[in-house]
Amino acid sequence: MISLAGRDILHAWGKFVFTGVGLGLLIGVTLSMAGIYRGMVDDAQVLLDNSGADIWVVQQDTLGPYAEPSSLYDDIYRGILGISGVARASNVTYLTMQVRLKDRDVRAMVVGVVPGGPGEPGQPGYLIAGRHITRSHYEAVADMAAGLRLGERIQIRRNTYTVVGLTRRMVSSSGDPMIFIPLKDAREAQFLKDNDTIVAQRRRTAANPAFNRPGVPDLLDAVIASQSANPFVNAILVQLEPGALPDGPADWIRRWKRLQVYTRSQMEDILVGKLIATSARQIAMFLVILSIVSAAIVAFIIYTLTLGKIREIAVLKLIGTKNRTIAGMILQQAIGLGVIGFVVGKIAATLWAPIFPKYVLLLPGDAARGFVAVVVICMLASILAIRAALKVDPAEAIGG
Amino acid sequence: MAEFGKKGIRIEELTKRYGQGDTAVDALKGVDMTVAPGEVVGLIGPSGSGKSTLLKCLGAVIEPTAGRMILGDKIIYDRGWKIWDLRALRRDSIGFVFQAPYLIPFLDVTDNVALLPMLAGLSNRDSRKQAVALLHALDVGHRAQAMPSQLSGGEQQRVAIARALVNRPPVILADEPTAPLDSERALAVIRILNQMARQYETAIIVVTHDEKIIPTFKRIYHIRDGRTLEEDGEGRSLE
Repeated sequence: MISLAGRDILHAWGKFVFTGVGLGLLIGVTLSMAGIYRGMVDDAQVLLDNSGADIWVVQQDTLGPYAEPSSLYDDIYRGILGISGVARASNVTYLTMQVRLKDRDVRAMVVGVVPGGPGEPGQPGYLIAGRHITRSHYEAVADMAAGLRLGERIQIRRNTYTVVGLTRRMVSSSGDPMIFIPLKDAREAQFLKDNDTIVAQRRRTAANPAFNRPGVPDLLDAVIASQSANPFVNAILVQLEPGALPDGPADWIRRWKRLQVYTRSQMEDILVGKLIATSARQIAMFLVILSIVSAAIVAFIIYTLTLGKIREIAVLKLIGTKNRTIAGMILQQAIGLGVIGFVVGKIAATLWAPIFPKYVLLLPGDAARGFVAVVVICMLASILAIRAALKVDPAEAIGG
Repeated sequence: MAEFGKKGIRIEELTKRYGQGDTAVDALKGVDMTVAPGEVVGLIGPSGSGKSTLLKCLGAVIEPTAGRMILGDKIIYDRGWKIWDLRALRRDSIGFVFQAPYLIPFLDVTDNVALLPMLAGLSNRDSRKQAVALLHALDVGHRAQAMPSQLSGGEQQRVAIARALVNRPPVILADEPTAPLDSERALAVIRILNQMARQYETAIIVVTHDEKIIPTFKRIYHIRDGRTLEEDGEGRSLE
């Protein structure tokens, strides 16, 4: 038996291809939406991977350092280094801000790291050009997504930094490129007030009789010195010795240092489950709406195509074609349309994914699931047309 | 009255009522008709006389209300269908030729004709072989690979006749098959139907309004107000 659907598609291939292309662009958008979600999850995981940490130590009762602000004294890491199973511990700061570059600025996550220690927690894991930060001030390593080149100078707060190294796929959970600068500079950028505020603060302190007592001449200077110092970092990234389980050191730090500690899996839960949860729901809503729209379009197209063939269907029924052959023809056409649409959509999504400002990750598994969904949607969408075709009375082929 | 053989079709006291109660309409009021194998008869009548209803009953697409229909040596209707699979009955035992050819536009000429034997379970190769042979017999063999849209009206109608004949049905129902054709082509189609009826021993019923072809029939059933009157080609009653 010949394939009626195949012949019809070949006969009206232009109509099917153009309809398929239209549907394909919609499927491409759907696949891209899934890719955007996957990209967000991947960004979150990349952030954790690139931190090089096995456990994160942050301020008590916070979800820091990525999801909430966190402040720790900068000398705590020394105590952590002494814990059994801990190989390395390093202070780190994170600050998302606009970084100025000549006549433009770029949204970036500025990471403060201890210079000269590639492989240390928090350091960029690898570079694609240049070198790591070796000086304690005014050097930067930037992710290439920031659009910076080696030797370019960027401004963060009041200081100017020279880009000495470039890295790749070092992004925040929201996809902003990372710019690594020395820890001291980063802490200054995060906590340093502007000159007017410092002057005002000193005046206020001096005006406070508790700090400016006539009998204690050095007290005011001591208080101002204390206010000017910044002993805080956002988190301590801890690397464990090979084979060491995170629970032991984590429990110890919680119990004796009175700090919050997250393991890798807990941090993943925070980033994926909490930080991008709303975005994920937003994307899921889009996916549902796009699926419904796709189904409606396929249903409408197949229904219209079927209505255009009512007389032929009546003739087919009159000459003895089985209902299931006619239903099969419509079903195969719907699936054929879906397959054309999926191929076009997959190609389109692959082509336009790199143009997106944020990372779009198109997984083969998602494509396979998308293909199954397209086929199922097309099958469901063809029900209306099949019903219409099965209702056609073969007597319609006979005049009168 | 023609002699009824092992093929051919005979209907007795066929009635068809639409609706019920006060709104009931009797479209057929006891129609008798016999068409012998190899015979082509005309079925004429004014609009609303019941021609299409009779054709639909004969084509097993609507169920009569009462009467009998005998196809060859088989009773197919006797106050109820006696055949379980009407679809197979239409496929194997009844050929249809319509006012417009209604060829399947996305199949080429060969496959339009070969579709029926394929539906009946014959292999694609044998079906096509059979179709091509019939197309040659109808003088459209040279258009076997063409699409229906590439054919003239007359060629399309000949392909439609080939489709009706391909499963060698004992009866063919032709619903105004010459309506869209000019006189010359209309007469050619009737010539072909007569030739095919003789060659394949098929009983052919041609519903027509076409004055120019009416004289070509040896027997005509004139249907009026749901009843048939048998006449010869000159309009003389045979009853």
